[in-house]
Amino acid sequence: MYITVKYFGQIVEVTNTQEETIEVAGGHVSDLVEVLNSKYDQLENKDFQIAQNQELVSLETELTGLEIALLPPFAGG
Amino acid sequence: MSRYNRHIILSEIGPEGQDKLSKAKVLVIGAGGLGCPILQYLTAAGVGTIGIIDFDKVELSNLQRQVLFGTSSLGENKAIAAKNRLEDLNSDIEIEAYPEALTYQNALELFNQYDIIVDGSDNFETRYLVNDACIITKKPLVFGAIYKFEGQVSVFNYNNGPSYRCLFPKPPKKDAVPNCSEIGVLGVLPGIIGSMQANEIIKLILGIGDVLSGKFLCYNALLNQTSTLKINRNDAVISEVLNRQSTFGKRTLKINCETNDIVSIQDIINNENIQFIDIRETHEAPKVDELSVKNIPLSSIQNHLEQLNNDKAKYFFCQSGTRSKRAVVYLKEQGIINCYSIEEGALEIKNYLKEQFKEKTNVR
Repeated sequence: MYITVKYFGQIVEVTNTQEETIEVAGGHVSDLVEVLNSKYDQLENKDFQIAQNQELVSLETELTGLEIALLPPFAGG
Repeated sequence: MSRYNRHIILSEIGPEGQDKLSKAKVLVIGAGGLGCPILQYLTAAGVGTIGIIDFDKVELSNLQRQVLFGTSSLGENKAIAAKNRLEDLNSDIEIEAYPEALTYQNALELFNQYDIIVDGSDNFETRYLVNDACIITKKPLVFGAIYKFEGQVSVFNYNNGPSYRCLFPKPPKKDAVPNCSEIGVLGVLPGIIGSMQANEIIKLILGIGDVLSGKFLCYNALLNQTSTLKINRNDAVISEVLNRQSTFGKRTLKINCETNDIVSIQDIINNENIQFIDIRETHEAPKVDELSVKNIPLSSIQNHLEQLNNDKAKYFFCQSGTRSKRAVVYLKEQGIINCYSIEEGALEIKNYLKEQFKEKTNVR
């Protein structure tokens, strides 16, 4: 399946793109993260949460396609 | 009431809504990039009681985005400078300035005096402290944070909704995310995000519209894109905070930033409620006898922490400004707040004070 992956904040500095389409065989959110970790070796050092179709999910959540967002925390004020 | 006419003629607000605003009590943590627009709109809207807590001072590099301050406020405490400006904007409301750091020791008592807590701080340590204190005191938290060209907004701990920890359970690994003022930021961005926070606060008070509870808004100023993500309450995370409630007041805040720790004698000499500490060994000369100075040698500072007055701003000096810097780093690690290193050495301080004294006597 094809998934649109969106990146925010500090994550963009690792991926150098705000958004891309990734092909995965399916499975869980963790499977997609594994694909992304092998594509971007700096990603493992970043803190982020994951949203699927605009809803916060865990690594164990099943991939349903459409959209995944990688959301890092911001401290600035 | 003509001041609030444009609110009152809105059927969704009316005189009843304006009355709710005038009875509301809102505490804003941090009078920086986010705090300035938040405070400005709350004051203009006639929110009856506004608290401002900030230990920091106004610096020239703040003026690019912290719109309450001008060059005349440089060197002043931000909470006090903000209060002075806001009182000119609206003298009908109560504004309380707290020129101190928010800590695990003062947070709960302070939060209990307000209805809504607003996070405009600039570091994770404070953000988690604010979140946990809101859970314990059962106060809604209007959250905002920024990074370069992007911002995040949400309302936490409202009507059984999620807290910040339900989204990000633990603070990020040290140094993984830049803290404080280490990175650049588009000046107008905190204006946008802070205004969104002010909007949520006013909606909360009035009880109108949809509040950003259970939702996390991400804004990108370069792309003009907004994404709103749905987040759920995690009861386990909230229970953990409540279970640790009894030790809350014993924890220490370790803010991992070194900005504004170094000051010049010229900027602080007229400040009130301060303590000067000479951290040189007792045999070192010259002594600065123009000031009331406490001598605590760096080599034995760990044994004399009780001599440091927690309520006062503490200014450390040595022969050249190097050891005093080390002292401040050490004391911060011990959770002692309000410590600053004077960049001038003892001799320079002495000469400066003599000059000042001469000028004063010449005027007479």
